[in-house]
Amino acid sequence: MAIIPNKNPMPVLDAKLRSTNFEEVALGYSESTAVAEAERCINCRNKPCVAACPVNIQIPEFIMKVKDRDFEGAYQIISESSSLPAVCGRVCPQETQCEGKCTLGIRFEPVAIGRLERFVADYHLKNAKEDPVKPESNGKKVAVVGSGPAGLTCAGDLAKKGYDVTVYEALHMAGGVLVYGIPEFRLPIDIVTKEVEVLKKLGVKVETNVVIGKTLTIDELLDDMGFEAVFIGSGAGLPNFMNIPGEGLKGVYSANEYLTRANLMKAYSEDADTPISKGGKVAVVGGGNVAMDAARTALRLGADKVYIVYRRSMEELPARAEEVEHAIEEGIDFRLLNNPVEILGYNNPEDRRDPKNGCVVGIKCIKMQLGEPDENGRRRPVPIEGSEFILDVDTVVMAIGTSPNPLIKDTTEGLEVNRWGGIIVNEENLTSREGVYAGGDVVTGAATVISAMGAGKVAAQGIDDYLSNK
Amino acid sequence: MYKIVSRRELNNSVTQLEVLAPLVAKKAKPGQFIILRVDEVGERIPLTVAGTNPDKGTVKIIFQVVGGTTEKLNHVMEGEYIQDFVGPLGTPSELDGLNKVCIVGGGVGCAIALPTAEALHELGANVTSIIGFRNKDIVILEDEFKACSDKLIVTTDDGSYGYHGNVTAPLKEMLAAGETFDKIITIGPIIMMKFVVETAKEYNIPCTVSMNPIMIDGTGMCGGCRLTLNQNGKRVTKFACVDGPDFDGYEVDFDEAMARSVMYSDFEKHAYEKTCNLFKKEVQ
Ligand SMILES: Cc1cc2nc3c(=O)[nH]c(=O)nc-3n(C[C@H](O)[C@H](O)[C@H](O)COP(=O)(O)OP(=O)(O)OC[C@H]3O[C@@H](n4cnc5c(N)ncnc54)[C@H](O)[C@@H]3O)c2cc1C
Ligand SMILES: Cc1cc2nc3c(=O)[nH]c(=O)nc-3n(C[C@H](O)[C@H](O)[C@H](O)COP(=O)(O)OP(=O)(O)OC[C@H]3O[C@@H](n4cnc5c(N)ncnc54)[C@H](O)[C@@H]3O)c2cc1C
Ligand code: SF4
Ligand code: SF4
Ligand code: FES
Repeated sequence: MAIIPNKNPMPVLDAKLRSTNFEEVALGYSESTAVAEAERCINCRNKPCVAACPVNIQIPEFIMKVKDRDFEGAYQIISESSSLPAVCGRVCPQETQCEGKCTLGIRFEPVAIGRLERFVADYHLKNAKEDPVKPESNGKKVAVVGSGPAGLTCAGDLAKKGYDVTVYEALHMAGGVLVYGIPEFRLPIDIVTKEVEVLKKLGVKVETNVVIGKTLTIDELLDDMGFEAVFIGSGAGLPNFMNIPGEGLKGVYSANEYLTRANLMKAYSEDADTPISKGGKVAVVGGGNVAMDAARTALRLGADKVYIVYRRSMEELPARAEEVEHAIEEGIDFRLLNNPVEILGYNNPEDRRDPKNGCVVGIKCIKMQLGEPDENGRRRPVPIEGSEFILDVDTVVMAIGTSPNPLIKDTTEGLEVNRWGGIIVNEENLTSREGVYAGGDVVTGAATVISAMGAGKVAAQGIDDYLSNK
Repeated sequence: MYKIVSRRELNNSVTQLEVLAPLVAKKAKPGQFIILRVDEVGERIPLTVAGTNPDKGTVKIIFQVVGGTTEKLNHVMEGEYIQDFVGPLGTPSELDGLNKVCIVGGGVGCAIALPTAEALHELGANVTSIIGFRNKDIVILEDEFKACSDKLIVTTDDGSYGYHGNVTAPLKEMLAAGETFDKIITIGPIIMMKFVVETAKEYNIPCTVSMNPIMIDGTGMCGGCRLTLNQNGKRVTKFACVDGPDFDGYEVDFDEAMARSVMYSDFEKHAYEKTCNLFKKEVQ
C-alpha cells in the first residue's frame, strides 16, 4: 500500500472568526478522518514513537484499533498508560515527543498521533455510558497536594488501587494550570472538569480552598489526620519578572495574573466580576506556550494589536509548533530578536491626580543578534549596542517563566530543595522526608502536562510499594 | 460552602460576619487574611481575619461596602452560605518583644487593626490607639478598641466626634510632647499610611504598614499584589499576599502602590452599579 505523505489536516475555526471568541480552535477529527489517518501508520516493529512518549502509550496498538473502528478498544489501550488523553492529545508538544520520532516523519509527515489520541478520548467522553466502579478500599489514606496533572494522575492511580485519597487544592477549582492557565480556546474547562468527575466517582475526595502550608501543614496531614503518605504536586506557580524599570506600572501583568483573570475568573464574559485590561496594544514578553496563550487571549479580549517580544529567533521559540502557527494565522506580530529594557509610563507633572499617571505607554527594547552557542548548544542572544527603540503599547504581559512556590518548603521541616526551589526526589519520586513524594513542575520546574502526569504515576507506584511493605 | 453564623451591621456601610470555617479558625493569627467568593461567578476578594473562635470554628470578618463584591456580600444573611473561603493567608504580624505600641487605624482599616491591638494587649504591651473616621456616623469598634487600649483617641475629619482632624495630628502632638513608642503600626488608606510613616520617620520610630493591594489567588501565583520596596538603595519586588501584608513603612514605594490600587476603578464603578441595579430589581 502506498504511503500517504501528509497528515490529514485538522479542521479549525476560521482565523478571523476565532480571534474574537474563546471557542476551541481545533475542532477534532471526524470518525472517517480518524480512520484514514490511522491507516497511515505502518505499525513499525520497533515502535520508535512509543519510546518517545513520556508515558509510553502503546501507540501502534491503539492506532490499529482506530483503523478497525474499535474506538472504545483504542481508549482502553491508551488508558493503561495515560489518565488524561483528552488533555494530552490537545496540548502535548508532539513534534518533540511521539511524532518527532515517527518513522514516517523521516521522509514524510509523521502520523498525527496527538490528533488520534484526542479523537479517541473525545469519543470515549461522549459515548462511554458506564460509570467507573469504585474499587474496594484497602483502608489506607493518602493525601495529594495540588490538583494539576501530576496530582490528579497520582490520585487516580492510587484510587484504582483501593487507597482512600484526598486532594487538597488552594484555588476554588480543581485542575491546576489546566484550568487557570491554558485558555479555553485550546483546552475547554469542561474536559478537565469531566476528568475530575471521573476521579470523584473512583472515590477521590477533592477539597478546594485548602492551602497546604497555611490551612494545614504536611506534618499535620501525616501526624494528626491519619494520612500514611503525601504526594506534593503543587506545580511551579511563582511568576518571574525581568527586574527592569517600570514593572510596577498600571497595565503590567504576569502571564499568570493575565491568564487567571481571563480563564479561571472568566473576565472575558460580561457576567464576570473580575476586571482585566481589554483592547489597546499589547506586548507579550516571552516565547513559550504561556506567551502564545497570553497573546492569543489578548487578541480575543479585543486588542487592536498584539506583539510577541522574544529575544531569540523563530527557530528557538519553545512553544508548540501548532500554537505558533495558529498565532501567526490570527495576526499576532512576532518581534523576534528583541529584548525589553524598560517599560515606560505616563506622567503628567502638571496634575498629580491625572488618572492616566502610572499607566503603561510603551516598552523600550533593544535589538539582539545570535552569538556563539552556549553550553546547551543554543546560540546566545547578545544585544546590539545603540539599537534601542520603543514599541507603543498599553499593556505588557510578562511570560518569562515561573518557579516553585516556597510555601510548602518553608513550612515542612527536612524537605530538601535545590538552588531554585525545586523539591529533590529519588527515582521513585520520594523526597528527603519519609512517606512524602513529589512530582511535576514542583520538581522539574515549568515543563509539560505529560511529564507531570508521568511523575504522578511514578509516585503512585512508589507510594503503593512503600505502603504495601510497611 | 461556608455558613454565615452571625451578621451585625456596625454602621451603615460596615458589616461584621462570623463565618463557619473550622480549619481557618484553628490557624489564623493577627495580621492574616482570608479570600472569599460570594457565589459561583464572584470575584475573589481578600478580607482580614478580625477575630476567631476556634472552639466554635468561626472566623470574624469586618468589611466595608465599597464595590460590587462587598455589596453582594452585604446581602448574605445569617444562616445563608457563601461559595468559597480560604485561609489563613499572609504572614502573621510580628508582635513579640514590643512593650509600647501606637496603633493608627483609618476607616475600615480599624477593623484590620483591631486583632493586632487585642493581641498586643493580651501580650501585656502598653497600647495607644488612634482611630480616625470621616465623621461621627461611621465611627466603628470604639468599645472594642477601648477594651484593649491603655489610651484611645478617636478622630473625625469634620470634628463631629472626638478629636477634630486626621489621625496624624494627635500622633504628631504626642510625639512632639516627648511621647515615644517601640513601634507605630498603621492600617488604613494608602495616603494616610504614607503620612503616618513620614511622621514616624521624623521621630525615628519604626513603623509597620499593612498593605492592601489588589489580589487574586493570595498564594504568590499571580503577582498582581506586588509592590516595590526600597532596600538599601535597591528596588525590590515583593508579593503582599505572601511576604506581607505587613511591611516596613520606611521601605514601601507608596506612590506606586497608590497608582496600582486604582487600576480598575472605572470597571469597578460599573460593577457596583450593576450589582446595585440587580438588587433593586429583586426588591421590585
Ligand atoms: C499558560 C500555560 C500554557 C501551557 N501550555 C502547555 C502545553 O501546551 N503543553 C504542555 O505540555 N504543557 C503546557 N504548560 C505546562 C503545563 O501546564 C505544566 O507543566 C503542568 O500543568 C504541570 O503540572 P503540575 O501538576 O506539576 O502542576 P500545576 O498544573 O501547576 O498544578 C499545581 C496545583 O497545585 C496547587 N497548589 C500549589 N500550591 C499549593 C498548596 N500549597 N496547597 C494546595 N494546593 C497548591 C495549585 O493551585 C495548582 O492547582 C503550560 C503552562 C502554562 C502556564
Ligand atoms: C490583605 C487585605 C486585607 C483586607 N482586609 C479588609 C478588611 O478587613 N475589611 C475591608 O473592608 N476591606 C479589606 N480589604 C479591602 C477589600 O479587599 C476591598 O475593599 C474589596 O476587594 C473591594 O471589593 P469590591 O468588589 O466590593 O469593590 P471594588 O469594586 O473592587 O472596588 C471599589 C473601590 O475599592 C477600591 N479597592 C479595591 N480593592 C481594594 C483593596 N484591595 N484595598 C483597598 N481598596 C480597594 C477600588 O479601587 C475602588 O475604588 C483588604 C484588602 C487586602 C489586600
Ligand atoms: S501522551 Fe503526548 S507524547 Fe504520548 S502519545 Fe500522547 S500526545 Fe504523544
Ligand atoms: S513510528 Fe509512526 S508509523 Fe511507526 S508505529 Fe509509531 S506512529 Fe506508526
Ligand atoms: S495575590 Fe496573587 S501573588 Fe499575591
